[in-house]
Amino acid sequence: MQVADSVGIVSAQRAIFDTPLEFSSGAVLPRYELVYETYGALNAERSNAILVCHALSGHHHVAGYYADDPKNVGWWDNMIGPGKPIDTDRFFVVGVNNLGGCHGSTGPASIDRQTGKPYGSRFPVVTVEDWVASQARLADLLGIRQFAAVVGGSLGGMQALQWSLSYPERVRHVLAIATAPRLTAENIAFNDVARNAILTDPDFYGGDFYEHGVVPRRGLRLARMLGHITYLSDDAMADKFGRSLRSGKLAYGYGVEFEIESYLRYQGDKFANYFDANTYLLMTKALDYFDPSRAHDDDLNKAFAAARADFLVLSFTTDWRFSPERSRAIVRALLHNRRKVSYAEITSTHGHDSFLMQHAHYHEVMRSYLDRIAKEAAA
Amino acid sequence: MSTYDHDELAAARPDFAAIAAWIPQGASVLDLGCGDGSLLRYLQEMRAVRGYGVEISDVDVAACLRNGVNVIQGDLDTGLSGFETGAFDFVILSQTLQAIRHTEALLREMLRVGREGIVSFPNFGYWKNRLHILRGHMPVSEALPYQWYDTPNVHLCTLQDFEGFCAEHRMRILDRRVMTAGGEVGAFPNLLGSTAVYRLRDAA
Repeated sequence: MQVADSVGIVSAQRAIFDTPLEFSSGAVLPRYELVYETYGALNAERSNAILVCHALSGHHHVAGYYADDPKNVGWWDNMIGPGKPIDTDRFFVVGVNNLGGCHGSTGPASIDRQTGKPYGSRFPVVTVEDWVASQARLADLLGIRQFAAVVGGSLGGMQALQWSLSYPERVRHVLAIATAPRLTAENIAFNDVARNAILTDPDFYGGDFYEHGVVPRRGLRLARMLGHITYLSDDAMADKFGRSLRSGKLAYGYGVEFEIESYLRYQGDKFANYFDANTYLLMTKALDYFDPSRAHDDDLNKAFAAARADFLVLSFTTDWRFSPERSRAIVRALLHNRRKVSYAEITSTHGHDSFLMQHAHYHEVMRSYLDRIAKEAAA
Repeated sequence: MSTYDHDELAAARPDFAAIAAWIPQGASVLDLGCGDGSLLRYLQEMRAVRGYGVEISDVDVAACLRNGVNVIQGDLDTGLSGFETGAFDFVILSQTLQAIRHTEALLREMLRVGREGIVSFPNFGYWKNRLHILRGHMPVSEALPYQWYDTPNVHLCTLQDFEGFCAEHRMRILDRRVMTAGGEVGAFPNLLGSTAVYRLRDAA
């Protein structure tokens, strides 16, 4: 299993916060825990830390693998490691499972100490701003006053952008990948259909399914199947599956016949086995709510006036869920505010999922930009 | 710290020094078709400009990032709609004019986005080019290194052509430098100059 450019064996750590956190909604969590992983070493000046923010189904296990589970490789292992674009020989990399997640941080499935039962429906709706506030407390705990960079794709990119607005002095570079300054109506619509699949599953029990010993599996599965379609591109699906039939001939029924059906059901089932339905709802809601311009007369230019960081904005040509035009809107607002910004539109056939893929030019762009950051951090 | 030798670069690209001479310290600059970002980097180091480049090529975009130059990947032939009116002191089109499809539209856009435009291009009227034509061939030289069948250049012109174009389209020429092999050309520029650099502004 030992691979030269892997960070190797990693282990998750747990931070406990006893200071109450007030959410955007006004709800208060008196106590919460965040699980996180770190790779590489923080330098003496504490100037080489990079925070990696995760997307909807991501978590803190970003790179490397576990000693007792070597097949469980971090979700962005192709990007992070010794000699990789986010080079752990030069950077101290932090991955964190967001609040409300289902991979160890306090979330809807966690036990509420006040009731002795899982939070379930009582877990507050979390926003991107809330996540960033909780991540800042983790940074305090780790002794990181200012990140060299905050990096994220999709919903993770929104967090990276929010960092530059919530804590302008605490981030030098923002790498916002395949993301948007706010979702379009169409994008919210997809999320709503996914949520409805879960909300209308009889096993959902209004979010308190834990007490009933069931999981709204059908809802989760449908939500994932729908989401998965939007993360791929027409071309990628055509290339991978085309109209191939599993048995080679038509069955004139409603079972699984086309390969794409089989693939989607497999993905849906796999997801329903490990992901929490309440977390799915909350993550999609955070996506829908994110809109830094909302507090500024819907003017994105005004929203980004607070930013002090330098930016790298990346999009992918076939990403229709977070299209290049959405990234260009971010770039325009940053140019208006005279921020240092670079933008690359990566040619890729893999749709929104491109940001997770091994792709020579994408990685070269990341490497080129991060190389500069590393030189700054060492200077 | 620079890894560039500024003298060497200025010798290799005489238009760089001419452009830098027009740009005051701390100006804002947009470089259209910025390539690997050499000019912007030169201007950042010589003039401390606040600069951005626009470039379509993947390889060059990555090179700009390595060069510490802000770059926005995009196609100049689809316009400059991502840039606000009057956003820059200078918009530069360095050795790119001849490869642009919609010449008038882009020059208009340049003068909308920038207070002034700076345009440099190889002079097709240079005597060596004329000699190539006289001998019955399309010119191939240091300034025009491409074979006719494999060239990005679609709109080559002479100094006279460009100046006529500007007059016709109400673009005022503020200044001009004509060069050959790094030296300034005085008399008969349309014949003796291999490269020209112009400073323009909207006359409308």
